[in-house]
Amino acid sequence: MRKIVQSHATEFALLAVIALISLFLSLATDRFFTLGNAFDLLNTSSVNIIFAVGLLVVLIAGGIDISFAVAASVVQYVAALLLESIGGGGWFSGLLIAAILGVALGAINALLIHRFKIISIVATIATFNIYFGLLMFFTRGVSIYNLPDWLTSRVILFEHEMADGSWVEITLPVLIMVACVISTWVLITRTTTGRQLYAFGDNPEGARRFGINVGGMQFIAFGWLGLMAGIAGLVQAHYAQEVVPNALYGRELDVLAAVVLGGARLGGGKGTVLGCVLGVLMISITQNGLNLMGVSPFAFKMIIGAIILVAITLSNTNIERLLPFMREGSRR
Amino acid sequence: MTDPSGEKADARALLSLRNINMTFGGVKALKNVSFDVMPGEVHCLAGENGSGKSTLIKIITGVYRPASGAVIDYDGQTYSHMSPVTAQNGGIQVIWQDLALFPEMTVAENIAFQTLLGRWPRFVNYGRMRETAIRALKRLGVTLDVDLPLKEFPIAQRQIVAIARALVGEAKIVFMDEPTASLTQSETDHLLDIVRTLSASGVAVVFVSHRLAEVLEISSRLTVLRDGGLVGVYSTEGMTQSRITELMTGRTFDQHVRAQPKDANPVVLEVKNLTRPGQFEDVSFTVRRGETLGITGLLGAGRTELALSLFGMLKPHSGEVVLDGKPVRFSTNREAIEAGVAYLSEDRLSLGLIQPQSIADNLVIASLDGIRTNGLLSDERKRQLVAQWVADLGVKIGKQSDAISTLSGAISSASQSPNGWRPIRNF
Repeated sequence: MRKIVQSHATEFALLAVIALISLFLSLATDRFFTLGNAFDLLNTSSVNIIFAVGLLVVLIAGGIDISFAVAASVVQYVAALLLESIGGGGWFSGLLIAAILGVALGAINALLIHRFKIISIVATIATFNIYFGLLMFFTRGVSIYNLPDWLTSRVILFEHEMADGSWVEITLPVLIMVACVISTWVLITRTTTGRQLYAFGDNPEGARRFGINVGGMQFIAFGWLGLMAGIAGLVQAHYAQEVVPNALYGRELDVLAAVVLGGARLGGGKGTVLGCVLGVLMISITQNGLNLMGVSPFAFKMIIGAIILVAITLSNTNIERLLPFMREGSRR
Repeated sequence: MTDPSGEKADARALLSLRNINMTFGGVKALKNVSFDVMPGEVHCLAGENGSGKSTLIKIITGVYRPASGAVIDYDGQTYSHMSPVTAQNGGIQVIWQDLALFPEMTVAENIAFQTLLGRWPRFVNYGRMRETAIRALKRLGVTLDVDLPLKEFPIAQRQIVAIARALVGEAKIVFMDEPTASLTQSETDHLLDIVRTLSASGVAVVFVSHRLAEVLEISSRLTVLRDGGLVGVYSTEGMTQSRITELMTGRTFDQHVRAQPKDANPVVLEVKNLTRPGQFEDVSFTVRRGETLGITGLLGAGRTELALSLFGMLKPHSGEVVLDGKPVRFSTNREAIEAGVAYLSEDRLSLGLIQPQSIADNLVIASLDGIRTNGLLSDERKRQLVAQWVADLGVKIGKQSDAISTLSGAISSASQSPNGWRPIRNF
């Protein structure tokens, strides 16, 4: 048990913090500790969790990506236009188009980073501006509201009438999110490719000496994030029932903060899917709680910024120093 | 002693190199070197820093390509140069000085790393990986918890992990680049035991070291390099430390001669009861002008911490430091540099030098005040100063503007900003 706690210190710390926040919010508000609110949280966090597990893979491989959220906007917009031109399509063709577009945009980042040796933060700040600039230029900022019916109609996977007559429900985005989370988990923990990504992020020079295909690693990492971003883009369009070109602008920093909060390291080689999901949930729960407590939305960013700073500081400080009982166990 | 200039490769040799030449930025790093390793032997490749040992290993493992004309015979095949893949598949394994391990991954993954490789993705077989790792460790007579991340282990055990990894790759020959540099005596003894085990099981081990005691203890043959050239190949039987030193340096040393006493000279530095709890306690000594004082101890004994405390980068808890008769208490290393104290880091590559910058810029970095005219840095002053220092030190460099990374290890050490011991205000 101690071994598990020790090797997943970040995840346990996050769980503890989430429990504390939840306990506080349950006492402070009537609405927080209800099934309906929990399901709402899950429904609204789905898009960010899909983004987050994609970004996690890039961080593990030692890179960073600023462009994925606007790439998702490009995917939404182009997919909506393409679907219209093929006469509507359906979930299958929609997801396929979004996935292909997303991977293509991710591959552009990988190409710039690997072929032209541009460091990932610079390359993706450039593509962030290019993608967003092209999108705004060609759309003139016009939103699309007449989406195909299948895309705008809510798909309810589970619903239940509560004692007070209100309905609680789990919708399609949650299912897609779960599929993305599981497939990312399989990729990074169960396949040789995933372990090579960790090795490459951990010690690039060592990985190179072993003959790991360094370029391949970049394409897999950024391609996977592109795939997730494409899917997230479509899911967000479904959830919002419209395509607004700048709807996802700025989302990249929220997701990045959540993933780093979940224990991924900007240097590479470190990070888990569980930590990543908990990181997103913690920020959503905090935001949700502030909402329910009637705190001004203008204060959200400030409070969330402070929480990220505190959490990162705690996870950088050796957790064993804070919890003496674990130290006993670690002495060999 | 076998004939070092023999043109014909020894037929029994597992690995045999002839006519190896290598040039870096106009400096010849290897001059017509030949080198043989017999199956299962423990061979020592000795030489001072910068003699070409590391370059030779990198040629054997395919990291560098030697000048044309080179002949590499390995395991019945002849090559003009190696590639990393040929070398690894052929069973040439290297334990690099920096180990090339993956600290965030588990011990099992690090040891059985090659099971994670391959062109096409597969599912990881964690069970087989653990077994492979445990078996490799067992061959070395070691037990470690293979499920823990490698970062939890100290350097000595990481080294064992690196050796275990080499064994998984069906090694026929293992190169160890300065393997004992960061080990304590008992850890070194353990490592030497492991090397004997390997040798007994038919794996040739080439030890690359300049620590002489180990060389004599472990190896049966010795190849000595000096300034990129082959000095000779010797049997270690009857070899003495002073003889090896002579071969490595080309100079005769009488190890019993001590430096001239400087007792008449004035005291420059006096350290009284200096203490930093947990690192060093109650340290006192004096240094006179012109004296060389060695501070020795095992890794973790507090040597570096003591030095850093005298250099203002760590704060001693109690005690006194007197420099030139005046008590000093540096709060930053800047103050120490200004007072004429210099510190050359043991890790010169990452801490002591600014790799992409030129030789000249590296030399003057701590003495920028001295090359200032009218408030701005003067290139002319810099050139004069650097020319003078290079002449004083008697080292060979290319152009002042060459990148510091074109220099070999020994010379780049000498180029670490020599601020204090040649303070600029003396000019």
